Amino acid sequence: MAKRIEASNVSSYYGSFKAIDSVSMTVEPKTITALIGPSGCGKSTFLRSVNRMHEVLPGARIEGSLTIDDQNIYDPDVDVTAVRRMIGMVFQRPNPFPTMSIYENVVAGLKLNGVKKKSVLDDAAEQSLKSANLWNEVKDRLNRPGAGLSGGQQQRLCIARTIAVEPQVVLMDEPCSALDPISTLAIEDLMFKLKDRFTIIIVTHNMQQAARVSDKTGFFSIDKTGDPGRLIEYDDTQKIFSNPTEKKTEDYITGRFG
Amino acid sequence: MGDYPSSRSENATASDSGVIGRHTRGAGTGVSPSSHDEPPFGGGGGALPKKARFGMEAGFKGLSVAAGAMVLVIIVAIAIFLISKAVPAIRADNENFLTFNQWFPNETEPRFGIAVLAFGTLLTSIIALLVAVPIALGIALFLSHYAPRRLATPLGFVIDLLAAVPSVVFGLWGRDVFMEPVREFSTWLNKYFSWIPIFGGDGPFGRSVLLGSLVLAIMVLPIVTSLSREVFRQTPGMNEEAALALGATKWEMIRTAVLPYGKPGVIAAVMLGLGRALGETIALAMTLGIVFNISFNIIENGGNSIAANIANAFGEANETGRGALIASGLVLFAITLVVNMAARAIIYRRREFRDSAA
Repeated sequence: MAKRIEASNVSSYYGSFKAIDSVSMTVEPKTITALIGPSGCGKSTFLRSVNRMHEVLPGARIEGSLTIDDQNIYDPDVDVTAVRRMIGMVFQRPNPFPTMSIYENVVAGLKLNGVKKKSVLDDAAEQSLKSANLWNEVKDRLNRPGAGLSGGQQQRLCIARTIAVEPQVVLMDEPCSALDPISTLAIEDLMFKLKDRFTIIIVTHNMQQAARVSDKTGFFSIDKTGDPGRLIEYDDTQKIFSNPTEKKTEDYITGRFG
Repeated sequence: MGDYPSSRSENATASDSGVIGRHTRGAGTGVSPSSHDEPPFGGGGGALPKKARFGMEAGFKGLSVAAGAMVLVIIVAIAIFLISKAVPAIRADNENFLTFNQWFPNETEPRFGIAVLAFGTLLTSIIALLVAVPIALGIALFLSHYAPRRLATPLGFVIDLLAAVPSVVFGLWGRDVFMEPVREFSTWLNKYFSWIPIFGGDGPFGRSVLLGSLVLAIMVLPIVTSLSREVFRQTPGMNEEAALALGATKWEMIRTAVLPYGKPGVIAAVMLGLGRALGETIALAMTLGIVFNISFNIIENGGNSIAANIANAFGEANETGRGALIASGLVLFAITLVVNMAARAIIYRRREFRDSAA
């Protein structure tokens, strides 16, 4: 299920603007890796480079190599849709399809993959919603609109939708930034549970969250606006938050960033 | 700044005397009203300002209520006009107005019926939409999701320009230029597909329902295209990204996120197009064969519509004739109303899915 991700010298561009500069990191299977850093430091850009969502924007491109279990995902022969199926993504703001019911939202990815059999879809919907800790709350109203749920429930619905296609890796781009503390806690609990099956990379602005949930933490930073973001330090979360090697990391996590 | 801070603190402590004091001073010394030690709105104590009784607020409210009411008044007035003229004419009709398929309202014993005209109106409009809507949706998707911006903007402009061409110009063009290719195409269809009833008959071909419908289709195209394009453009980017992140190809993304989101808007666009097609007068009067005959054959000379018949027959109509034409207008009004209500019903059916969307 879960796979190892290796990035070496990944630089991402928006047109001529270099957003991140030669980032290298290895993410082990079945771990949670947190990416922290100030706004605009390129952590989301890096995350979006991992499942090739970066290139959706016009003019966006990357240099360097990204492999998942030694397969280069940027190989010209690789089908980009296959990469995205293998590496799912949860976005900053909950984005269930507004025209679809809860059930339809969860099975949307499977339907895209050509699964038509009702029993398979029903099973997958139930399993995914259970995995996303949402089943008990929505099992009686699967045909109600997904957008009618609360923000936290919508985000768990989006997680259910992402894991329904059985990806290897789940990327989360500030998944709790639009949620209240209780919903945030629900998502964090869920992440621990999902760790058994998936490799998870999460971008977060919340350092307590990074400290709570992750095994490894990467700290991104920029020198000044307009410069590309760089990976300053990448190590065990324990170490980053207790005894970071870099002065910049220490300044950031202790709130003396500047 | 001068003494402003001190006057403010004075207000805060002894507000009443402070306010009065400043006022008398302002009036007495006769300084310009912009004198800065008197803030325009009482920052200090004193009574709250009175609510303006006849201000801009009430004025705008009155104007907008009047504008809203005017719509109702106009609609009722039109309905009264149509009914008051139509009823006497229908009374004078010696045949069943709904089923008779000839139009002789000007004779001493008027005989006329709406059947042919209503049929022709619906047939031309439906064929026009069948042709125009798929093309329009294709163009709209191309402009909103496939074309690079450099191409999409001018192309969208050209399509909007098409909507600005007067319908009489379309009529002239359809009759003098477009008829020839349609006649050849009809002959070809008749030669190979005459076993399908709609392509049967022995001619002559050309000034047919097909010609009228195709001209209508071109006229409807820009409306449906630009409205659909706007709707497709408004699809939330985060929903498009959600579909792509699930491993959708571009077309799958459009099918999953864009089309369902745009569906109510597209239906509204199609209904507006249908409204234009149903009411189109002069272009059809110039391109249809104007024959009173219910036939599904779309390539033989023939075809008629309510609006085209009004344009053609109004000049030589007598009192009853005009009443009969107005009655036909009433039927057109009713058809349009039913179509619009059906469209609204479709849109509202899944309303909860729209309203709950952010």
